[in-house]
Amino acid sequence: MAMAIEKPHAGGGGEHETTTGLPNTKLAMWLFLASECLLFGALISTYVLYRGASTVGPYPADVFDIPYTSVSSFVLLASSLTMVLALTAAQKRDVPRMRLWLLATALLGLTFVGGQVYEFTAFYHEGLALTTNLFGTTFYVLTGFHGVHVTVGIFMLLSLVGLSGADRLPDDAGFPVEMVGLYWHFVDIVWIIIFTVVYLIPTGPTPAN
Amino acid sequence: MADTETPFQQELGQEDLADPRESQAVHREHPSAKEYIRIGIILAVLTALEITASYADVRPAILIPTLYILAFVKFALVVLWFMHLKFDDRRYARFFVMGLALAGTLYLIVLITFKVFLR
Repeated sequence: MAMAIEKPHAGGGGEHETTTGLPNTKLAMWLFLASECLLFGALISTYVLYRGASTVGPYPADVFDIPYTSVSSFVLLASSLTMVLALTAAQKRDVPRMRLWLLATALLGLTFVGGQVYEFTAFYHEGLALTTNLFGTTFYVLTGFHGVHVTVGIFMLLSLVGLSGADRLPDDAGFPVEMVGLYWHFVDIVWIIIFTVVYLIPTGPTPAN
Repeated sequence: MADTETPFQQELGQEDLADPRESQAVHREHPSAKEYIRIGIILAVLTALEITASYADVRPAILIPTLYILAFVKFALVVLWFMHLKFDDRRYARFFVMGLALAGTLYLIVLITFKVFLR
């Protein structure tokens, strides 16, 4: 069966011909996200491995504020919704609405990161530092890495808004918005796992109890 | 097989494109804003259920699997709808599932080795 070189079906940055018929950028983004599964998998399983292994406090039950973190989770979920609404607007070439939803997504992301900074500060004042115990080390490394990813996503979103403002995005901005969106949603799904594994699943009685 | 088919195309399963279901998947439209909002509401409800369940007086043997199932459903909804794996070319899904399966298997083996599930 003869197979001609196909043109990718997505617009924007994926217009050039590729041997797979798929935009290389999108394929690379999915490969990158697949590799990120390994990174976060390592951090999450390290947390699970050392769960309940701390010999000194503070323990999770001493510091966690579930209602507060639940609000943060809703904020991040809402940002995923605004992200897809930005993509829909971009695909319809509705630039003002696309910018609005991108800004809303960045703002929700900033709220989440701000909440995380506040949470870290509160935990630190309650005596939980990076080297206090195994819980502190695994918790800060896992959620800190996630927070850095959210921050990078915010920069990407603001860059899109800036490029759009400077009229440097292609007419069909759907493709770059979709790429940033894929990254943003990945950060969201990682949080879905972290929220369940770290915050919601009970850790059992602490040694102090 | 013609000379024009590259090894990369063969490796990615280009012949699968001849499958009408595959072709259909490639050309399916992304959801509308209304559908996205519906998915967003479902995600919010599932999150509320998770939080409620974590406060409920339920044995860990029931609570933990319930929380994992709810998280898995939320994960699947975001990946399939918001990240469009349900609508896009299946080769994207293969790449992602490959990474996910590799990570899942690797870390499951690590956790089993250290008897985490027997604690």
